[in-house]
Amino acid sequence: MAEIILDKVTKRYPDGALAVSEADIQIADGEFIILVGPSGCGKSTMLNMIAGLEDISSGELRIDGQRVNEKAPKDRDIAMVFQSYALYPHMSVRENMAFPLRLAKVDDATVKSKVDEAAKILDLTQHLERKPANLSGGQRQRVAMGRAIVRNPKAFLMDEPLSNLDAKLRVQMRTSVSKLQKQLATTTVYVTHDQTEAMTLGDRVVVLRGGLVQQVGSPQFLYDNPANLFVAGFIGSPAMNFLPGTLENGQLSTGLGTLALSDRVRTLAEEAKAPREVIAGVRPEHFEDAKLMDESAKAGGTTFTATVDVLESMGSDKFAYFTVEGETATSQELAELAADSGSTETGDSGAQLVTRLSAASTAVEGQPADVWFDADKVQLFDPSSGKNLTYAG
Amino acid sequence: MAVIGGSTTGRKARWTFVDIAVVAYALIPVLWTMSLSFKTAEAQTDKNFFPSEWTFDNYKAIFTTDQFVRALVNSIGIALIATLIAVVLGTMAAYAIARLDFPGKQALVGVSLLIAMFPQVSLVSPLFEMERQLGLFDTWPGLILPYITFALPLAIYTLSAFFREIPWELEKAAKMDGATPAQAFRRVIAPLAAPGVFTTAILVFIFCWNDFLFAISLTSTEASRTVPAALAFFTGASQFEAPVGSISAAAVVITIPIIVFVLFFQRRIVAGLTSGAVKG
Ligand SMILES: Nc1ncnc2c1ncn2[C@@H]1O[C@H](COP(=O)(O)OP(=O)(O)OP(=O)(O)O)[C@@H](O)[C@H]1O
Ligand SMILES: [Mg+2]
Repeated sequence: MAEIILDKVTKRYPDGALAVSEADIQIADGEFIILVGPSGCGKSTMLNMIAGLEDISSGELRIDGQRVNEKAPKDRDIAMVFQSYALYPHMSVRENMAFPLRLAKVDDATVKSKVDEAAKILDLTQHLERKPANLSGGQRQRVAMGRAIVRNPKAFLMDEPLSNLDAKLRVQMRTSVSKLQKQLATTTVYVTHDQTEAMTLGDRVVVLRGGLVQQVGSPQFLYDNPANLFVAGFIGSPAMNFLPGTLENGQLSTGLGTLALSDRVRTLAEEAKAPREVIAGVRPEHFEDAKLMDESAKAGGTTFTATVDVLESMGSDKFAYFTVEGETATSQELAELAADSGSTETGDSGAQLVTRLSAASTAVEGQPADVWFDADKVQLFDPSSGKNLTYAG
Repeated sequence: MAVIGGSTTGRKARWTFVDIAVVAYALIPVLWTMSLSFKTAEAQTDKNFFPSEWTFDNYKAIFTTDQFVRALVNSIGIALIATLIAVVLGTMAAYAIARLDFPGKQALVGVSLLIAMFPQVSLVSPLFEMERQLGLFDTWPGLILPYITFALPLAIYTLSAFFREIPWELEKAAKMDGATPAQAFRRVIAPLAAPGVFTTAILVFIFCWNDFLFAISLTSTEASRTVPAALAFFTGASQFEAPVGSISAAAVVITIPIIVFVLFFQRRIVAGLTSGAVKG
């Protein structure tokens, strides 16, 4: 149980690479916090600094109000679960889990009872005498968790602990990690690449980009109110649609036509001194098949007609993909996101638009469809700074 | 199917033939030596592969001379001490080379490679002079020191390959579990490096045990003469008789410690000891 505070924590590697830059994060006692960001943004570095495996170049790290910058990992009383599990191959599962207790010179009876208890929580009782080599991936992962929980540390640090599991096991382990954390109520810092883990597991999410903290907040808050283009594009799957637009007298013109912004959005944009050229962002679920809506409901948005490129029916709803004529939105943030997700520009003209329609939609692949979207849910971004001009936080 | 089956049988036959040829090539001289060691003095030159009359006289003879027993003790003592020191030093050096980035690391690796490549023959005379000056000539340390020097590069190379195989993260995990660096090394790294340490020990021991050049040049009496050197001083029953039987018997005897040493450590070399530590 501990409160962890990062106060302008910076990491510069000896070769000059700036991995984490002035991170300010307050992690409350018992909180489950998630670090996300594209590859190489400094997540592992930040975790290793909290663990004490990497030196802190400048700034201060406090655990329970105490400066711990100079403390060795073993004196910080923090447990860590590694992406590779890092189990000791020459020890049985029982010895692996008992290792931290043995080092702490706990007596044999207590070691046994603690290991047995942890094994029971993690459903490992029948594997205790086996070697890690004879375990499945999921079991190894649980042993790694077991080794972390046996000694009731002040905090858990987990670096992509589920990324080596297959999809089904990952879902299963995700729920158990979540349950375990609630049960133990131990402060947890969890690094992940995975959208779903980021959205479902944590109390709060920290989005990192190139070593800079972009935004900290609850998953829902980050989803609804991203501070900038990067967070908007990173959180959510499928990602938010971005279109270049022009703002004039409260009217926004984009490749989808011209629409009148809602009063709320217009006020926010005016307060933020929005420039004329903006990037408009709309989440896929804020679109709907116009045929399914009555006139009064359609008043708050605008309708456009376009040919459906691809239609994916998920049963519960349908994803319709369109190509929007004209320029694609360009900004440094979006380019970085595209590079991270591995998507390369398709080369054909126009931007790809992803919409989520009701299952009842009658849209057909290759045929034009009328699609409506909610003007009040449009977010506007400054193309040069990436700042969210409609940020309501 | 028949064609494939035929071709694999053919392959098998070819490989069996090659295997037998290689084994025969390697073993016939050894067997010949053994055969000689069991022959009587008169039968030494009869050119028969199997002795017509078996005798243990040659063995009895070498063990009754003080010369051979002293040499055997010298060999075992010197080789064991040199192996121990070389492996301990090599382990520390290899661990540092595999794990740490320190200034001069490349230079250290380069210099040890240089030592390994240096022709030993060219060092014999300077070593002889130096050891005479230092009073090391014809003593155990006088042989142990050059053995360590030439065995260390070998030890460092083999061991650093083994250390590189051990995942870094295990050490980090041990640190997080509350281990001091010394505890992490002793309880996690050392057990995993054991196969490498034993392999290296075998190689170094064989190197020390078999050395003839230093043994013949840096010793002069029974005080430190090892078996390979002592063999050269064996004399026959008369001045004009070559001591072929005794030399063969001694040659057979000195292979035994090597076989014992290898068998003893081989069981400790468990392949794939690190499997299951990390995934991916
Ligand atoms: N030992 C090091 N020396 C120099 N630079 C390093 C070192 N370790 C990491 N870096 C750099 O620091 C940056 C952050 O690395 P880090 O491992 O924290 O990324 P990450 O967010 O964990 O990425 P991933 O999701 O791929 O694991 C990267 O640009 C990386 O190249
Ligand atoms: Mg990482």
